[in-house]
Amino acid sequence: MPTEKSDELITAKGLSKLYGDFVAVNGIDFSVHKGESFGFLGPNGAGKSTIMRIIAATLTRTSGEITVLGKDPADRGPEIRAHLGVVPQQDNLDQALSVTDNLYIYGRYFGLSRKFINAKIEELLDFAQLTEKRDAKVEMLSGGMKRRLTIARALISEPEILMLDEPTTGLDPQARHILWDRLFRLKEQGVTLLITTHYMDEAEQLCDRLMVLDKGSIMAEDSPAGLIKKYVTKEVLEVRFGSERNAEVSEQLGALCARIEVLPDRILMYADDAEKVLEEIHKSGLHPVTSLVRRSSLEDVFLRLTGRTLVE
Amino acid sequence: MSNLSNLSNLRKGSNKTLTRQGSLIVVDVDRAIRLGTLFVVEARLRTMAKWILSLLTSSLLNPFFYLMSLGIGVGTFINARAGTAGIDGEKYIVFLAPALLAAVAIQDFMSEVTFPVLQGFKWDKTYFAMNATPLGGRQIALGTYFSSALRTIGSILIYFAVLVAFGAVQPGRAWPMMLTSFYAAACFAAVMLAAAAASENDDLFLNLMGRLLIMPLFLFSGTFYPLTSMPIVLQAIGWISPLWHSTELGRWVSYGHHISGTMIFIHFAYLAAMLVGGLLWAFNRFEYRLSK
Repeated sequence: MPTEKSDELITAKGLSKLYGDFVAVNGIDFSVHKGESFGFLGPNGAGKSTIMRIIAATLTRTSGEITVLGKDPADRGPEIRAHLGVVPQQDNLDQALSVTDNLYIYGRYFGLSRKFINAKIEELLDFAQLTEKRDAKVEMLSGGMKRRLTIARALISEPEILMLDEPTTGLDPQARHILWDRLFRLKEQGVTLLITTHYMDEAEQLCDRLMVLDKGSIMAEDSPAGLIKKYVTKEVLEVRFGSERNAEVSEQLGALCARIEVLPDRILMYADDAEKVLEEIHKSGLHPVTSLVRRSSLEDVFLRLTGRTLVE
Repeated sequence: MSNLSNLSNLRKGSNKTLTRQGSLIVVDVDRAIRLGTLFVVEARLRTMAKWILSLLTSSLLNPFFYLMSLGIGVGTFINARAGTAGIDGEKYIVFLAPALLAAVAIQDFMSEVTFPVLQGFKWDKTYFAMNATPLGGRQIALGTYFSSALRTIGSILIYFAVLVAFGAVQPGRAWPMMLTSFYAAACFAAVMLAAAAASENDDLFLNLMGRLLIMPLFLFSGTFYPLTSMPIVLQAIGWISPLWHSTELGRWVSYGHHISGTMIFIHFAYLAAMLVGGLLWAFNRFEYRLSK
């Protein structure tokens, strides 16, 4: 991972955004390096989209400093936006126009020549698997196709930074996998990706480095593997004794593992060898209704850091 | 089955990678910023081109039906009653023509600056997509405005041609009324552009526009009869109506309707104030909505 200052495409120090008394972003510091895939992970309302809009120069910060490609978004917005590709949370394609026309007019907004755009459209249709739908009106496309078109549209100007706000929210598993595949390819080409998500699997799949946010503040920052190593054990044992007994047995179970979380429907027991913990439970005469041994995930990290699950 | 289908779909995708020089090379930032308004105009004309047949049909049928029903139908009745004095000294259709042209110019320009703005901010949110490029709020507002102006020019030309075909105007003498109609429409559209951008509730806005704006202005602006023939209270509606100012100017240039120099100045100045005030308000609202 490049760490030299010269590789920093985005640098923020003490970045804050207030709406009246409400603190949406609370004095955060971060930097994003060229070619990396950087993610903001947090629940709805954590401040992820606000940070993205400040970076994209469409929302002004309340205080703190930020530079994007060496410029201040507050007064060099158009110059910065010329080098960004933005995929918003909700697709904002022109429904009345065809797939090709959407790509064409967007390219023109960047001042690109007709010749360049027309050649690029062919590549992007292929990349987004939309060649067969090239003349279809956007309103006729499925959700997954619209999402791929929005990503293709953001790539028309070959942006230095591709910003994706909740890229797969609302998509079915198949559409998500296709989209991840396309994003992987971009990453392989060295495109800097900035992603917000509240899906742990997506963050693990796509991000080199993650910032965990809650209520506008940074809870932790590291690689997905680094966060798991730092904040939770290698494995988790999930046991269920029935909603009424979970709390009752938790004290006894707590002695068998490094840490325990009692949720309304299940108990999470953190240990480096979860199978061994399960054996101990059986030996102690307790018999859970169900049990599951799994690897720790970012969900567990979030739970550890905030005491809450990501999707509530 | 679902996993197999996933894999098969993934394999369908091309393995070609995108060619890439990077935006630092391919995007001419100065050009993009300098010509932004023109790119918005181009995009909107491209959208309008999709509806060219229906735009042309409505532009032709609208004057045809109005002139058949009001100019000829009602006109025959009014001409018989008015006798040689006519209305304002002219046949009814000649009296009516400048008002109809002014009305269609105002309505078309107004439609073109309101519906796309509601679509851009509320329905499809396309203005937010545009604002993610080098385009700023002012450029998006002006691009919307200028493309609407081009469409209005088309409507005015077609309408004028139909008026000529019906013998409602003498083209050699009356052509400047196309300019006065366009001027008034452009001035009022600036206000409507801003009003649409300021409107958070699209249903309420469209209801107010249709019921409290279009119909009253059409009926109380001296369109079908001289404004002075109405009670003084209702005449006040005409005084604030851009349609009345436009109609007065249109009648002045098309058949020599008498207006004092002071009134001519007032008509132009009143409309100019709408243009300047409207555009400044529109810039403010566009930038506010995009940065909220």
